[in-house]
Amino acid sequence: MPRDDILLPQGRRAVFEANFVAFRTLLVKEIRRFLRIWPQTLIPPAISMALYFAIFGAIIGRRIGEMAGFDYMEFIVPGLIMMSVITNAYANVSASFFSAKFQRSIEALLVSPTPNSVLLGGFIAGGVARGLAVAAIVTLMAAFFIEIRIHNWFVTLGMLLLTAVLFSLGGFINGLFADKFDDISIIPAFVLTPLTYLGGVFYALELLPDVWRTLSYFNPIVYVVASFRYGFFGYSGDVPVGLSFIAVAVFVVAFWFLSLWLLQRGTGLRT
Amino acid sequence: MSTAPALSIEGLKKVYAGGFEALKGIDLRVEQGDFFALLGPNGAGKSTTIGVICSLVVKSSGRVAIFGFDIDREFAAAKRMIGVVPQEFNFSIFERVGDIVETQAGFYGLGGAQSRRQTEKYLRKLGLWDKRNEQARHLSGGMKRRLMIARALVHEPRLLILDEPTAGVDIEIRRSMWSFLREMNEAGTTIILTTHYLEEAESLCRNIAIIDNGEIVENTSMRELLQQLGTETLVLDLADPLSEVPNLEPFVARRTEAACLEVDIDKGQNLNEVFARLDAAGIRVRSMRNKSNRLEQLFVALTQSDGSTETLVHAAG
Repeated sequence: MPRDDILLPQGRRAVFEANFVAFRTLLVKEIRRFLRIWPQTLIPPAISMALYFAIFGAIIGRRIGEMAGFDYMEFIVPGLIMMSVITNAYANVSASFFSAKFQRSIEALLVSPTPNSVLLGGFIAGGVARGLAVAAIVTLMAAFFIEIRIHNWFVTLGMLLLTAVLFSLGGFINGLFADKFDDISIIPAFVLTPLTYLGGVFYALELLPDVWRTLSYFNPIVYVVASFRYGFFGYSGDVPVGLSFIAVAVFVVAFWFLSLWLLQRGTGLRT
Repeated sequence: MSTAPALSIEGLKKVYAGGFEALKGIDLRVEQGDFFALLGPNGAGKSTTIGVICSLVVKSSGRVAIFGFDIDREFAAAKRMIGVVPQEFNFSIFERVGDIVETQAGFYGLGGAQSRRQTEKYLRKLGLWDKRNEQARHLSGGMKRRLMIARALVHEPRLLILDEPTAGVDIEIRRSMWSFLREMNEAGTTIILTTHYLEEAESLCRNIAIIDNGEIVENTSMRELLQQLGTETLVLDLADPLSEVPNLEPFVARRTEAACLEVDIDKGQNLNEVFARLDAAGIRVRSMRNKSNRLEQLFVALTQSDGSTETLVHAAG
């Protein structure tokens, strides 16, 4: 092949194809990474979720009986799936991106002609892939305890995908600003976990006193979990599903452009 | 192919947050096909310059173009022209050797069979093909260095930038790398090299820039630079020991050991005359070498803290 053909793709189509190859390469690299370390990435969420199902569902759940008209075990399954998607999508991107910064292997990507949007897309797609892989594992485990029924596929898959993208973007921004490994565990420990536990995974918001209920509506995870639950059972309490979709999509767009702007400025990457 | 220089830098300034001025408006031009040395003491601005060229450092002002492609306006084309071998290992040690190189090909838009072909080509050239399925952490230091060279070349760059490529590798590997780089250069790849081994620059490079305190203090051909040295000292190993220093006038000679003589030759003096004097004195020479690295003398003189280039060149001479 003539050297010039390798060096410079000619025309829009060739440039698009080159960028697509770069995106696919980064996605494959990211998937390969979380599969290589599967005991750290795929097994722990499976074990935690098995414990949640066993303790909250099978043991305590029997005493609780019904929640919002559903068997308690059934009620918590969508929230638990969403919880694992949120934590894994976030952790995958923040850890992978920060490790690449720490080992300086990110430089190999930064010196290449890969545009920032492709770089961002590749890492986000990697986070989404892990989020979905873990969601599949957790759903499979849930199927041992309850009968999985989907009321609305579009809402279920749409919210699953949007949530995985949103929290992957959150993990990316965290990774950009992180200077040390501690910095990528602070947000999950002090922000994501409390918000998830208080996001209506284990209880219906109707059970809360008015003040706490009102405060809960400021928690974005409430909307994600309620909408996802709607996809399963057609029930979202008093959370409007359409509005939740729009809100999550708006946050996805905002985080996407914020990440691109930070990349353009070189925040955390270029001196 | 255009005739634009491989690298053109105009008025490049870099002021880091905190006010440190790493580059004070440097100009530099490297022609196509050149083998160019960028030298300077630690902290002089070499790595910042390379960082700007490779987009790892954001410049404060100035213009950089690679084969005529402006790194700001035509960044994708400019980046496709460059391959970079950084000073420190910057790959994931848990990835396999073949994957590291193939992934890099993918970042340059080379997919499928093409990326596999290019990966095989450069892993073979650099003697790493047998290691392609091993994790990078199992490679020796020299192999890791070669892995970074293979990765930098996988997309066939026209400009290869190597930052201290032979730091920490043994002499045998260093020599084989020199030979490989010469081949690459002869095949048409422009090479810019930073190194602390001045012998390396003297042996490989045709042109040179010396940077100090964020300024280019010398930018010329290696030959001209070395000619600035007024005196060269030859070390002669003799066949028979001497009891006293022979008179070799007009040359200055010193006896360092019984069978070892040092002779100073000024610019313009003739080496044949030295041997004529030695012959007349009945001294037989077994071998001869330069006393020290000549470039090193110049480098030290050019980058010492007190003076201008003008003064320093005189000092070197």
